[in-house]
Amino acid sequence: TPLAPPAEPDLESKMNWGSFYAVISGVNRHSTGIGRVWLSVIFIFRILVLVVAAESVWGDEKSGFTCNTQQPGCNSVCYDQFFPISHIRLWALQLILVSTPALLVAMHVAHRRHIDKKILKRAGRSSPKELEHIKNQKFQITGALWWTYMISIIFRIIFEVAFLYIFYLIYPDFKMVRLVKCDSFPCPNTVDCFVSRPTEKTIFTVFMLAVSAVCVLLNLAEVVYLIGRACKRSFRSSEDESKLPWISQRLSTYKQNEINQLIADHSLKSKFTVTKKSPAERGERCSAF
Amino acid sequence: MSWGALYAQLGGVNKHSTSLGKIWLSVLFIFRITILVLAAESVWGDEQSDFTCNTQQPGCKNVCYDHFFPVSHIRMWCLQLIFVSTPALLVAMHVAYRKRGDKRNMLASNGTEKMTDTELQTLKKRRLPITGTLWWTYTCSLFFRLIFEGGFMYALYFVYDGFQMPRLVKCEQWPCPNKVDCFISRPTEKTVFTIFMVGSSAICMVLNVAELFYLICFKCEGKPLTPVALTNVKLF
Repeated sequence: TPLAPPAEPDLESKMNWGSFYAVISGVNRHSTGIGRVWLSVIFIFRILVLVVAAESVWGDEKSGFTCNTQQPGCNSVCYDQFFPISHIRLWALQLILVSTPALLVAMHVAHRRHIDKKILKRAGRSSPKELEHIKNQKFQITGALWWTYMISIIFRIIFEVAFLYIFYLIYPDFKMVRLVKCDSFPCPNTVDCFVSRPTEKTIFTVFMLAVSAVCVLLNLAEVVYLIGRACKRSFRSSEDESKLPWISQRLSTYKQNEINQLIADHSLKSKFTVTKKSPAERGERCSAF
Repeated sequence: MSWGALYAQLGGVNKHSTSLGKIWLSVLFIFRITILVLAAESVWGDEQSDFTCNTQQPGCKNVCYDHFFPVSHIRMWCLQLIFVSTPALLVAMHVAYRKRGDKRNMLASNGTEKMTDTELQTLKKRRLPITGTLWWTYTCSLFFRLIFEGGFMYALYFVYDGFQMPRLVKCEQWPCPNKVDCFISRPTEKTVFTIFMVGSSAICMVLNVAELFYLICFKCEGKPLTPVALTNVKLF
């Protein structure tokens, strides 16, 4: 995809969204169109905005949190009471968990490629060109891959909604208040504490929640699209074609191709002189006839 | 800490693992290292600077911090990840050793003929089956992984008396006067991440145990343990 990951300073201790993006976007080739839109939304709107907002807006969330008291420890305790987990960490966790089901799909595709390679080797056609073709081949989302893909989308939806709900539980109001009143030990009586940059935080919170909701809608649309496509395929196709599992289709394709190849080779052999072949192929030929 | 380099090392081992081993590697890297990097600077970054004690006595804060946090969580998790990833290198070394032996055998069987590039490539890229002494190496590495995971989890539990981070600790080390209240920064957030990391550790342990059972059953099924060198020589 033409998307470039954000250029980040290479601090090892910071979260490296660039390499995260590289891992996830590998899955992109095997997604549907809606899946690709989802991936772009995730990266442009959510990860980029998170990186932009994270350091600058929430960077001083603790140091800028001031309480109207000189009592040592009151600051820490009140901060902990009102911000059990920071927005930034919640969103980062949400992004990580939401992107992970895509790896299920990547593993399934890798498994299919592996099987493809094995079948090719058995059929005796393991030239580097064929292997390259397998590596770059795009798989149709049918059969077991359809189920893996569907399950990954459902998990995505579950994680998104779960995090939205957790967010709602911890911070019932999306609006960030300017002032919180705190009376935990050791603060004396009730103490006023002031949050830093509340308006800016509210703006970013609303933005991130809205984009989350859009992602949930995209995922739901993808589910509907996949189900629709599967129904259309099962109505349209003849009874023998696509009902077969993927692996038997592959085997029958290669057997047919092998037969065609042998016929072609045999007819060519009678016309031209035999060129020097590698020992393996010679061995195979001897065993076949 | 260059997690990228560690990943590059372990990724090479990935080819020779079982499928459970591959899942383990993904869980390890995606969940644990990502979350560690995410949490490390932001949540534990100010653990000492924001550790406040209710006293003006100089030195009391340092002494109390040192008493309650002998080793920081972040350092323990980094060490755990390094120790847990290292047995995989044993397997990598064994595989490299076998491949060298195969290459020598192949050169010997070819006589004075030099090996073609393609043959070298196939030898390099070939995936060795887990048989013979490689099986033992792999099983030992799994065993060590389990021991390290369990050991570090227990150490964390033992040093910090559980997985929950308290808000307030009472300190009476010298030079603090009598008993002093000290307050920890972001305790809830730290507890959440601790539970996350402990949870992923537990999942990794379960995967390792499953992989051990899989390997033991694979051996007990009575598959003939042919040494790898024999299967490699081409019979013309």
